[in-house]
This record gives sequence, C-alpha cells and structure tokens, in this order.
Amino acid sequence: MTQKTSCHKTTVKMLLTGWLAAMMLSAGNASAELLIRITEGANSAIPVSVVPFAESGAMPPGDKVSSIVQGDLTMSGEFRTLEPSKMLSLPSKGSDVYFRDWRMLGQRYVLVGELTRSGDRVHARYELFDVNQEKRILGETAAAGVGSVRTLAHHISDRIYEAITGEPGVFSTKLAYVTVSGEGDQMRYRLQVSDVDGKRAKIRLESREPILSPAWSPDGKKLAYVSFETGKPAIYVHELSSGQRDKVADFSGLNSAPAWSEDGQSLLMTLSRDGNAEIYQMDLASRKTTKLTNHWAIDTEPAWDYANKGIYFTSDRSGGPQIYFMERPGAEPRRITFGSRYNARPRPDNKGEYVYYVHQRDRAFHIARTNLKTGDESIITRTESDESPSVSPNGRLLIYATGQNGASVLTVVSADGGAAYSLPAADGDVREPAWGPITR
Amino acid sequence: MKLSFSTKVFAMVLSAGLVAGCSSTGENMEDEAYGSDVQAIGGDDGSTVYGGDDGDGVSSGVLSDEERQAAREQAEQQALRDITTFYFDFDTSEIKQEARDVLVAHARYLADNPRQQVRLEGHADDRGTKEYNLALGERRANAIQRFLIVNGASRGQMETVSYGEEKPAVRGTSDSARAQNRRVELIFQ
Repeated sequence: MTQKTSCHKTTVKMLLTGWLAAMMLSAGNASAELLIRITEGANSAIPVSVVPFAESGAMPPGDKVSSIVQGDLTMSGEFRTLEPSKMLSLPSKGSDVYFRDWRMLGQRYVLVGELTRSGDRVHARYELFDVNQEKRILGETAAAGVGSVRTLAHHISDRIYEAITGEPGVFSTKLAYVTVSGEGDQMRYRLQVSDVDGKRAKIRLESREPILSPAWSPDGKKLAYVSFETGKPAIYVHELSSGQRDKVADFSGLNSAPAWSEDGQSLLMTLSRDGNAEIYQMDLASRKTTKLTNHWAIDTEPAWDYANKGIYFTSDRSGGPQIYFMERPGAEPRRITFGSRYNARPRPDNKGEYVYYVHQRDRAFHIARTNLKTGDESIITRTESDESPSVSPNGRLLIYATGQNGASVLTVVSADGGAAYSLPAADGDVREPAWGPITR
Repeated sequence: MKLSFSTKVFAMVLSAGLVAGCSSTGENMEDEAYGSDVQAIGGDDGSTVYGGDDGDGVSSGVLSDEERQAAREQAEQQALRDITTFYFDFDTSEIKQEARDVLVAHARYLADNPRQQVRLEGHADDRGTKEYNLALGERRANAIQRFLIVNGASRGQMETVSYGEEKPAVRGTSDSARAQNRRVELIFQ
C-alpha cells in the first residue's frame, strides 16, 4: 500500500487570469499521494478472506490486485480480512475451496480468483463463497489494461461489496480535495482528484490563492469549485478529461458553495451581489440565475435532498448558524437543527434518512447527523475540529476534514461513526473533500 | 504657506460638515439587522475641534492657535489611521467600541481624499465551516464599509472581499491566534 506512482513532468498551461495566474496541470500528471492509515475497525465487521489470486503471465509491478481488494474491504470498516499467512490453503478455484477449513478460521466469505495476462490486458476470473451456506454467491470475469490494475481491483471490490451487503460499492469512485503546502510566497493550493484509497492522485488546478468547495457533477466528469485566483471568489466549472473550464459566476461579492442538480444542468450557489449572502440557482446553459432565499441573514451551503426536490442550507436567521430545509426552491424554510448553537454545512444522504453537518458541542466541532424521520441527533465523530462532511454515494461512509497534530487530514468513517481511516497529506494540509458519484 | 494651511483648515471644516451631512443619509441606509453596527459619529467631534464660528475672525493669533490645534489634530488623526486592522468576536460582525474613533479617522481621510481607494478584506477564524466563514468575513467587511460610508467615505472608494478562514493572520488554534484572525483589514491602494 505504500507504492507511489512516478512523478513525471507534463506541459503546464498558464492561465491568464488577471494579476494572479493559476496553473492547470494536464490529466496525466501524478502528484504526491495521500497515505492511508486505518485507525479502527467496527466491532461488527464481517470476516472475509481474500486469497491471493493465482497469476499466469507477467503482471505489472506494484500492488497485487488481491491485496488492493483486501485493502478496499478493510477500509470500508464493514469487513475484517484475514492475513494470507494465516490461511490454511491458497485456492484459486472454487473446486479447491474446503469450507471446513475456512469455517475453522471463523470466516464468513472467501474470495478466490486468478489473473491472466493477454497482450496488454489483464483478465480476472473470481468467485465469492459463503462459508456457512457452502455456496458460491458470485462468479465473474473482468479485464483492464495492464496500466489499470487498480481500476480492475476496485471493480472487483465493488462487486464483492454489493454481493455481500446488497448496496453498491464505492471503491471505484473518486475523491476531490484541496491540499495546501508552503508558506508565504511559496504557498500553493492544489485541487486534486484521487481514488478513494488516496492512490492515483492527480493535480487538476494549482494556485497561489485559495481553492474551496469542490463539487462533483452527477456524471463524475466535471468539478465545480470556488477559486480566488483573480483576487476574489468566483465559481468555475472544470471538465476533468479536457481540463477546459468556465468561470460561471463572478458577480460582485461572494460567489461560493456550488452544488449540482441531479440532471447536471444547474448549480445551486451562494451569491451576495445584492448585498447579502443568498442562495441562487443558475441554469448553466443560459447562465440565468434565480434567487431562492431572501432574508437579511447569511444563507449559504445549499445541497439538494436525495429526491432532488428540496434544498438543505445553512442560515443564521435565528441568531447563529443552523440547518434549514426548503421543501421546494423558494418555499418557506423549516429549521432542522436545535441541539446546539452552531450547526452548518448540511449534506443529506442518498436515501432521505439522515442529514450530516458540522456541529458545535462545547468548544469542539464534530460531524453530527439528524435522523430525518425522528429528528434525533447524534454526534458521529470523536475528533474535535471537524469540517466539510461529504457522504459516499451509497450512504455508508462519510469523509470529512479534521485537525490532527496541527495539520488538516481527511478522515473516513462509517456513517454511524463505527469505523475509520485517515488520509493525511504527505506534506501540508488536505481539506475540502468531496466524494464523487458512482459512474458506470 | 499660511494661506494654504488655512485653506486646509477650511477644507477640514467643510469635511466636518460633510460628516454631519452624511450621517442622515447613512441612517437611511441602515439595515435593521445591523442596527448596532452602523451609527454615525455625531457632529460633536467635528464641531468641538473645528468650531465653525472661528472661521471668520482671521487674526494671526487665532490662526496660530488654530494651526497648532489643527496640527495636533492632524497628528492624532494620522496616529489613529496607523491602525488598519479591526477585530471581531466569534460569529459576530459588530464593530467594537474602541474601533470607532479609528474608523472615523479613516472615513474622514477618505472623504478628504476622494481619489484614495481602499480594499476591505474580511476574515474569520478557523472554527466552523469554510463557506459560512466566507459569508461571515463578507458581513464583517460590509459592516466596516457601511460605517465608513456613514462617516463620510463614498462607496466608490471601497472594494470588499472576504477570504473567510483561508488567510489567517496568525497560524494556530489558540484563543489569541483566533482573536487575531477574526478581522477586517483596510488596505489602502
């Protein structure tokens, strides 16, 4: 898990944007990766054995497919994997699986498989067995280019996750986040995209000025974000494959907190062009904006609900920041949070069950969630300066930024707070995580 | 030289008048939400110092007193204007009492120098969320802007920008670091 992709130089395009230039790096550029550190697993984790895959033909150097799968499953917090050294046999086909052995080792599921090199592709054949029922529950093949074995491994992890839990896996999804390093004139903000395990990180934008609030388009092809590269905040839409980007909102005052609609046609955003922070919806084709809130208070941090009908947002209309919900754009907002004097940046899950947000308790800021049916609130993080919650697209995991030893790191927890892993930057701060969508 | 100085004093008298004149305009602009932030400093300061009646009796003795007075006043104003950063309590945009004289000095200076431009940069500490802090930093910059307008500066001289918690003055999470980060900086250009 510590192998790093080589850093190679590619063309760096300078964008002329007033008195400050932001650098965009082409899609092929690698960068320092986040280091994954699993801090704890859930007690309820399901025991799974990922048997090292048999191999025929030359495999690319680097992590083995089966060890990437093992890492994925462990990282989710929902599984406990058995070290290969503790296995009694290393089968690669279903006919060689002796259920009694695996039962003895306390295993619930066993994954076996083999990889075959054919030209510049790697083919995988894999089978998942339920040890108690002595039954094969998954048998599939998949293939990828030799340079994309991580993609292949994450795909297998997704299939296994879904076969066992019934929910889609999120191991093939991407994270966007911002790293900050250097001091003074050397300070650099870098918008990066990586796999969910922090690997294969690529820089998408580098600037001397702050970059904030990356938000994924529903198809996973674009990011909207706030960049201060012109000396004031503006919202950009950035197509990842081409690196092409548009400055979509650059009104006087704030241009911030972009959030995509499910159809990818519009952005919710916070503008203060009329003198006060309000939430607007912008149609991206026409750039026409519609004002959705109208209140002297700060209204910001909008997010569509799971059904893409209502909007959660932060407002301090009651005195301090609290979470509100508008059942449809422009409707009278209803207050959701009452548990403390500071609740902000709502992020609803994909099922309409919970809304997650930053919650102040005494002097600490945690991530909390409110059950939308019962109104019950629970704090799900034990860290103390937590920001920027982002829910995984299957609703099972949550990523957020938190202070750790004076630096900001990303932490992933299961949605109930049970298990966790952290992704500290190799150098400097990493913040503003945004969990990308499932794309197929 | 004497003449030019008295012209200057006269201009100051005028500007003091402008302050009084603007305060009523300012009250019209006052937003209910920020009632406590936006209060014109009454004509008292101006009239005490520059008492309009003295302008007519130009004798060398009086003018000399006026000169000394004006020079002292100018030095005081200059000293006040050395302060360009204004601090706020957590999650508020209320201008502190001790900042008011300084801001009035800046407003007068801006009124006297209509070509002078100033950038108001609003900031927040690291607590709470980045986007809310961005709006909070803007609210702080706007509170300072309104105060300056009410006290004689014109809107066209000012540009506001919020950096939220992105550009702390002091690194760290101590109470003292955070207090120094909740601020608006006036950057004269």
